[in-house]
Amino acid sequence: MSIPFPLPDDAILARRDEILAGLAPLLPPEALITSEDERRAFETDAFTAYRRVPLAVALPTSTEEVSGVLRFCHEQGVKVVARGAGTSLSGGAIPQTDAIVLGLSKLNRILDVNFPNRTARVQAGVTNLSITESVSAEGFFYAPDPSSQLACTIGGNIGMNSGGAHCLKYGVTTNNVLGVRMVQMDGTILDLGGEAMDAPGLDLLGLMVGSEGQLGIITEAVVRILPMAEDARPVLFGFDTSEEAGACVASIIGAGIIPVAMEFMDKEAIAICEAFAKAGYPLDVGAMLIIEVEGSAPEMDAQLAKIIDIAKQHNVRVVRESKSAMETAAIWKGRKSAFGATGLLADYICMDGTVPTGQLSYVLKRTGEICAAAGHRVANVFHAGDGNMHPLIMFDVNDPKSAASAEHIGLELLKLCVDAGGCLTGEHGVGIEKRDLMRYQFTEDDLRQQMRVRAVFDPQWLLNPAKVFPLDGRE
Amino acid sequence: MNVTTLIERLEPQSEQEACEIVKQARLDRWTLAIEGGGTRAGLGRPVQADAVLSTRRLSGITLYEPAELVMSARAGTPLSEVEAALAAKGQMLAFEPADYRALYGTQGEPTIGAVAACNLSGPRRIQTGAARDALIGVRLINGEAQAIKSGGRVMKNVTGLDLVKLTCGAHGTLGLLTQVTFKLLPRPLAQATLILDGLDDARAIAAMGSALSSPFEVSGAAHLPTGHDGAGAQTLLRLERDEVSLAYRAQKLVERLAPFGAVRRVDDEASAALWRDIAQVKPLTKAHGPAIWKLSLPAHRAQACMQAISENLGARYFYDWGGGLVWLAVMPGEDAGALRIRAAVTEAQGHATLMRASDEIRTKVDVFAPLGAALMKVTSGIKHSFDPDGIFNPGRMYAGV
Repeated sequence: MSIPFPLPDDAILARRDEILAGLAPLLPPEALITSEDERRAFETDAFTAYRRVPLAVALPTSTEEVSGVLRFCHEQGVKVVARGAGTSLSGGAIPQTDAIVLGLSKLNRILDVNFPNRTARVQAGVTNLSITESVSAEGFFYAPDPSSQLACTIGGNIGMNSGGAHCLKYGVTTNNVLGVRMVQMDGTILDLGGEAMDAPGLDLLGLMVGSEGQLGIITEAVVRILPMAEDARPVLFGFDTSEEAGACVASIIGAGIIPVAMEFMDKEAIAICEAFAKAGYPLDVGAMLIIEVEGSAPEMDAQLAKIIDIAKQHNVRVVRESKSAMETAAIWKGRKSAFGATGLLADYICMDGTVPTGQLSYVLKRTGEICAAAGHRVANVFHAGDGNMHPLIMFDVNDPKSAASAEHIGLELLKLCVDAGGCLTGEHGVGIEKRDLMRYQFTEDDLRQQMRVRAVFDPQWLLNPAKVFPLDGRE
Repeated sequence: MNVTTLIERLEPQSEQEACEIVKQARLDRWTLAIEGGGTRAGLGRPVQADAVLSTRRLSGITLYEPAELVMSARAGTPLSEVEAALAAKGQMLAFEPADYRALYGTQGEPTIGAVAACNLSGPRRIQTGAARDALIGVRLINGEAQAIKSGGRVMKNVTGLDLVKLTCGAHGTLGLLTQVTFKLLPRPLAQATLILDGLDDARAIAAMGSALSSPFEVSGAAHLPTGHDGAGAQTLLRLERDEVSLAYRAQKLVERLAPFGAVRRVDDEASAALWRDIAQVKPLTKAHGPAIWKLSLPAHRAQACMQAISENLGARYFYDWGGGLVWLAVMPGEDAGALRIRAAVTEAQGHATLMRASDEIRTKVDVFAPLGAALMKVTSGIKHSFDPDGIFNPGRMYAGV
C-alpha cells in the first residue's frame, strides 16, 4: 500500500471537541455523526485498500446548512471531503483523519421535472437511476449510466464526470447537465447555468463537472432528460481474438454507424460474467462485443444487418440477438455486474485509462503480457467504442506482496495508455489512485495552470486536498 | 477601435514563435487582440489593444482519424478546409459551427480556433450538443507565455480539471488557442424538414416540444413567426437519417404532429438550405440596420418572454433550439433595447447577448449578460490565473477581464 496521505494536522486533531461543538448548532442533531463506530462507516469508498476515519461526518439537509458548515470549516481551517454514495473507484471520497466528511445523502429529493423544457431539477444526493425512474413513465430517461447507477448519486457523477455504457451515443455527465447550485469553501452559494441550454460568461459549469470535490460542494443540479428510443436490442458477437473484435469496432465506426453501445469482454471476463448472470454469453470465444442498436424494429434490423456484414469481414464466429426483454436485461446484467462478479472470485483493482481506439489491440496485448509476467489474472471489460479500458487485475488481499504487485501493475498499465496517446482516467476520476501519475500525463506548466484555477476557489487547499494533484509542488 | 490604427500585426508561424511573442508582450506591457479570420470581430465588447496577434499562419489539420471520430487542427485553419476534409470521409462537426459572415457583413474565412474560442453552435446543438461538448482537447498559450494542454484526443477523459471547457467560449480572454481537437460524427445520408404553417408562437413551441419529446431524434426545431420568405409563420422540424429510417420517422412524426395541422415536407438540398439560413441568422440579416440579440432561455418560458419584448419594441425574431434560443432584431436606438430585453429575459431565467451593434453601443451596453458579484469574482480570478497581466483581448467579455 504505497499511496501516501498528507500528514494529519495535529492542531486540528487536538481541537476536535471544539470543532464538533462549533458544528453542532449548524446542523440538526441526527445530521452530525461523531461516534467512532458510526464514523467508521465512512472510512473508505469503493477503493477499499485505503481507509481513514474522519474527524466527523456532517449530513446536511439543505444548501443553507452546507453553506453554514463550509463557512465554519473555512474559518477554522478544517478540511472537507465531499461524499455522495461512496462508490468512487479511485478513492475520491476517502477521508482524512483531520477532515470532516460532508455527505449529501440527505439531499435526496427530485425537486422539479419540467417536461416541456426536457429538464429535471434534483438534489445532489439523488441516485442516478432514480432520475430515470422519475421520468420513465413519460417516456424519458437520464442518459449517463455508470454501472453503479443503482447506488451512485448525481452529485458524485458530476464530481467525477461519470460515463457509462451508453455514452458513445448520449455523451457523459458534462454533456447532460445544464446547471448546478454549489457552495464555495467560504460558504458562498453560486448558481452556474440553469434551465437554458447555455449560460453567460466563462463555462464554470464545465469546469465544475469532473472537478472531484476540489472547487466546491454541489447541492442541486439541473439535468437534461431525453426521450427514450422506441426500442433497443443488444447483440452478442463472438470472435476468436481480441484483435478481430477491436478491428470490427473500428470498421463499424469507420462505416458511419454509431451504435448506442459497444462493450468489449475478453475470455476471462466472459467466463466470470456468464457464471454470475447466466446471460447466454458464448464461452468458447476469445473475445465478445455487446453491440446495442436502437429504434423501431425495421430500423434495428437494417442497422444490425450492416453491422453483421462488417463483423463477418472480421471473422465473427457467433452472432446472438436478444429475443426478449428478459434476454436483454440478462445481457446487460452480465456486463454491469462485471466488477461485482469478479469481486466474488478474487480481490481486484480496476484501471480506467482511455486509448485511441486504433490502439486497442496493441494495448490489450501488452496488458496481457504485463499481467502474465507478474503472475496476475486479468479480465478486460470495457467501452470499446470510446477506447475506455477497464482491466480488472486480480490479487490476493491477504498477501501483501500480491497486493503491492497488483497496484504496481495497475500504474504500469495507465502509463501504457498515456504512451498510446490516451489518458489516465476516462470516467473513474484521478482521486488518490492516479494522483501521483499526473506528471506522467501533464507537464509541470499544465498542472500549475490547473492548480492556479483551483486556488481561485480554495486558496487554502481545504477541499478534498489529498486528491488529484501530487502532494509536492502545490501552490 | 479601428484595427488599421493598431501599431503592429503579429503572425507567428509556430507555437514556439507565439510563445516568444507573448513573452515579449509581457516584458513590454503590451496587450494583444487575438484574430482568426476576422469574420466575427464585431462579436463581444470592442477590444483596445496594442497589437493584433493573428493565428493566420498557424494553419493545417494535424490529425484526422476517421475510424476514431477525431480531428485536430491548428487554430488558424480555415473552417472550410476542416469541413471539406471531414466531408470527404462522410463526417462532420456535429454542432454545426456557426458562420456569421452574413450577420456581420464580413468577408474572409472563419477559423476552427475561433469556433472553439467563441463556442458557436448551430441548430443541431439541440440534439448532438454544443461546440463545447465536441471540443475534447486544446493547446493554449497563457499569459505567462507557457504552452499548456488540456484534454487530449480521446473521447472519454476526466484526468484533471477540465480547462478545455473554460477556454471554449472565453473569447480569447484566457490565452491564445494554438491547436484544437474535436470529436466528430458521421454525416447523415439524407435529410428532410417537416413544415407546419400558420402556428402562433405558443402552439409552435408546443409542436416543437412534442417533436423533441418523440423518439425520432429531431435534429433541428425552429419557428419563424413571419416565415422564411415573409409569407406567414413556419415551424420547421428536421430529421437526418439514412433513407430507410428517414422515411419511417418522417411518417411517424407527421402522425404525431397531426393536432398541429397539416405538414409539408421538403427534402435534401431544399431542407439543407433552410437550415443553413437559420444557422447564419439570414431571416434577420437581410437588413443591415437593426441591432441583433441572441437570447438563451428555457423553452417553456420563451413565448411569454417574447410577448413582453414585442409589446415594448418593434421587434422581429425567430426561435431555434425548440424555443430555447431566440434571435431578435431591434432598432438600435440608444441602447439597442438592452434595458427592456434584459428585464424580460431575466424574468424568464435566461440571458441575452448583444450579437450585433455599433462599437459605440457595445462599449456602452453589456454585450454579455452582467454577472452577479460572486460569479464576477470567480471570473476575474480565473482570468488572472491564466493571464495575470491582462495581455489577451482585454475587456472582450467584461470590463477588466
